Amino acid sequence: MSTVALSSELQEKVQHAREELDAHVREIIRWHFSPETGTPFWLEKAKELPFDPLKDIQTFDDLRLFGHFEDEWLRGGPVRRWVPKAYAHRPIYVFETGGTTGIPKTRIAIDDFRIDYEMFSETLPDEYFPKGANWLMLGPSGPRRLRLAVEHLCQYRGGICFCVDLDPRWVIKLIKRGWMEHLRAYQDHVIDQAMTILSANHEIKCMFTTPKLLDALAARLEKEGTSIAKVGITGIFCGGTEMTSQWIRFAIEELLGPGVYIAPTYGNTLMGLAAADMPTPDHDYKITYYAPQPRAVVQVMDFDDYEKEVPYGQEGRVMLTTLTKEFFVPRFMERDEGVRELPCLKYPWDGVSGVKPFRGFAATTTVGVY
Amino acid sequence: MLHIPISRWGEPYKSLDIDKVVHFETGEVLAEVSRANGGLVERDMRYAQRARDVLREIPIKELLQMVKKAADLYTSATLPLGNGEQTPEQFVRMQSATTGLPEHMCRFNMTKNHFVLNEMDKILDALTRGLDLTVLTKGYGVESRGVPISYQAQSPVLGLVLPSNSPGVHTLWLPIIPMQIGLVLKPGPQEPWTPYRMANAFIQAGIPKQAIAIYPGLGDVGAAVLQHCPRSLIFGGAATVEQYRGNPRVQAHGPGFSKILIGDDKVDQWDKYLDLMVDSVLVNSGRGCINCSGIWVSRHARKIAEALAERMGPIMPLPPDDPKAALAAFTVKGQADAINTEIDHDVKQPGVHDMTAKFGPRLVKKERCDYLRPTVILCDSPEPAIARKEYMFPFVTVVQCPQEKMIEKIGPTLVCTAITEDPKFQRALLDAVHIDRLNIGAIPTIKLNWLQPHEGNIVDFLFRARAFQFDGMLKA
Repeated sequence: MSTVALSSELQEKVQHAREELDAHVREIIRWHFSPETGTPFWLEKAKELPFDPLKDIQTFDDLRLFGHFEDEWLRGGPVRRWVPKAYAHRPIYVFETGGTTGIPKTRIAIDDFRIDYEMFSETLPDEYFPKGANWLMLGPSGPRRLRLAVEHLCQYRGGICFCVDLDPRWVIKLIKRGWMEHLRAYQDHVIDQAMTILSANHEIKCMFTTPKLLDALAARLEKEGTSIAKVGITGIFCGGTEMTSQWIRFAIEELLGPGVYIAPTYGNTLMGLAAADMPTPDHDYKITYYAPQPRAVVQVMDFDDYEKEVPYGQEGRVMLTTLTKEFFVPRFMERDEGVRELPCLKYPWDGVSGVKPFRGFAATTTVGVY
Repeated sequence: MLHIPISRWGEPYKSLDIDKVVHFETGEVLAEVSRANGGLVERDMRYAQRARDVLREIPIKELLQMVKKAADLYTSATLPLGNGEQTPEQFVRMQSATTGLPEHMCRFNMTKNHFVLNEMDKILDALTRGLDLTVLTKGYGVESRGVPISYQAQSPVLGLVLPSNSPGVHTLWLPIIPMQIGLVLKPGPQEPWTPYRMANAFIQAGIPKQAIAIYPGLGDVGAAVLQHCPRSLIFGGAATVEQYRGNPRVQAHGPGFSKILIGDDKVDQWDKYLDLMVDSVLVNSGRGCINCSGIWVSRHARKIAEALAERMGPIMPLPPDDPKAALAAFTVKGQADAINTEIDHDVKQPGVHDMTAKFGPRLVKKERCDYLRPTVILCDSPEPAIARKEYMFPFVTVVQCPQEKMIEKIGPTLVCTAITEDPKFQRALLDAVHIDRLNIGAIPTIKLNWLQPHEGNIVDFLFRARAFQFDGMLKA
């Protein structure tokens, strides 16, 4: 069922979005592969390619000529090879991913995290994420995009963001070493910080957190005779690790109650933030994520043939393409799998649901660590 | 389709995450099982104390009667299971179909569980060394000689992270309910059957449903059980045991490395004990921690290994409903291959001989499962690593070792059967702290006396004997 009957309005929107995407692809390719503005990495890579990106890449589908982006290219320096020449004079951030052992993967950023999170901000309902409200960032700190991005999101919405210290690399080491008592102590340490902030009269109404930390915070609050709702939180932006429909149902039914909105997200350092509407019982709490197209595109590919998209409703491995002027990542095979979902009026392009660790890696990946 | 929900203190909860339990031979989906999430376990532990409270409202004597009734229900009745029902015969077929254990072995395990439930009064009397059981309820009492005693429960519930591979382990948690401690069960992925059937038998027999919670799930659920139950049992490999070593909250049960040692005074008559050796290795398809994985002798090792190989080497896989089936299937993909490769590597070491090689390939691959045929390895000395290995199929090493070196070299041993009348050797065995259960005499390793503690006394794990003094003011 790869061809599905869509309403004419939706068909029109899908067609329009596709045209926008193709135009965006041409613009981004021009940017990264032109000698004046281009990215040193891609200019160098172009010499090895058996095609001319400037001529041969005219549509999103043409990106298949690149094969698949290898994230190993992001490991080690010089990091400036990823900075487009046009941005050489700009202040550059570097965000890291991985790195519990060995050299982490790095991604440069200038404004992307701000733009992505400003776009995401538009998806948040003001009723639950009031403009001007203060936030708690209960997630990873250190050299991670999330730390700055959530703070920017809060500031963009007119609030002030309180943060905790959380080093996920240490958490992964604790898990790998089987030091579960230390893991619990560290989790307590993180929750202690959150409790202190929440008890300090800072009028915090919104927060970012991960599923595991939300479980832990809700449990601690309940032990103290209160709850997420009672301490005044009305909006939770949740992400960072895998989130199942069962977990989100449990959170909504048992941890949050009716007055708190939870916005599940899917994303990582390499892409923007794929948003989802708040899951509801009518749809069995299904979480369907839509990438911020045209800046990023998520596709679901056949497990046995990464050149072929699966039909709608079928499982496959998630493939990500990032198309911004700061960062070009064509067709990166993610460490996740999911189900291909139909476009909708709000997001007239494919979505992905049921995201979980890719079955080929699941056994060796330490997930859900913070 | 049969659906088995999470049981939150007796209240069914259908998860949005579902796991399918499939027949290992046909691939048929036998049931769908709701998968819990760790947070749900943590949240439900708010009611852990209620589990003990509702049990304490029933005198232990009455609970023991209920447990006896549950024994009969478990083995004979059609009991509710999720959105359906299950007869005893269906239970046997389902357990066999998902664990790979032949049906007659599943029936045997049922009988074993029945026996333990039926004899629970005697078992508790033995495990508590004749304690007046009301002491467990009240927390204190007075001995017949007038000395006050106190046994304080260390947890209102016992958490159990159960395995899939050996339905025999369930006997270990059967005494918990009569001690008025609640149960928090995380079934093994391929063996949800016993926890649910036993829980339903208990409930039908009158045990309050609020005393038992069952959370099928993945690793996060097991971790949550261990984190939130003040006392837990976990079953796993050597790494699991090592991880929880010294943790007073967790009793880890892993490989048994059970052994038979034949003393110099008896080894010349080794053939008298051949049946005992075969039974110790082969019963329950070698899956239990009490199955023998090493036979240690100072001489005749080759002859013993040859004789064992002659007896067990020809054994082939048979269909699970065949009453003669002696081998359990490996239903987890790749597991049998990995074991086979490791053994093939080890037998290339000097002084190691595969005595069953001549009976054909060890690994038998089927469409949806694999088998490992019985394997007897001769070791010329205790030095090769394989001399101290254990696998979950009929696998045994026959190790040549001087008697005076045996105790030092055998390593940790759950069950040690020592066939000897040598008082000096017996004394050394009695003093060896790395031997858990010691049998002196011609007793198969798999023959347990249920009136004795297994891998630590569960009563001592759950209750702390402590000082308690009182006078006329005491009202509790």
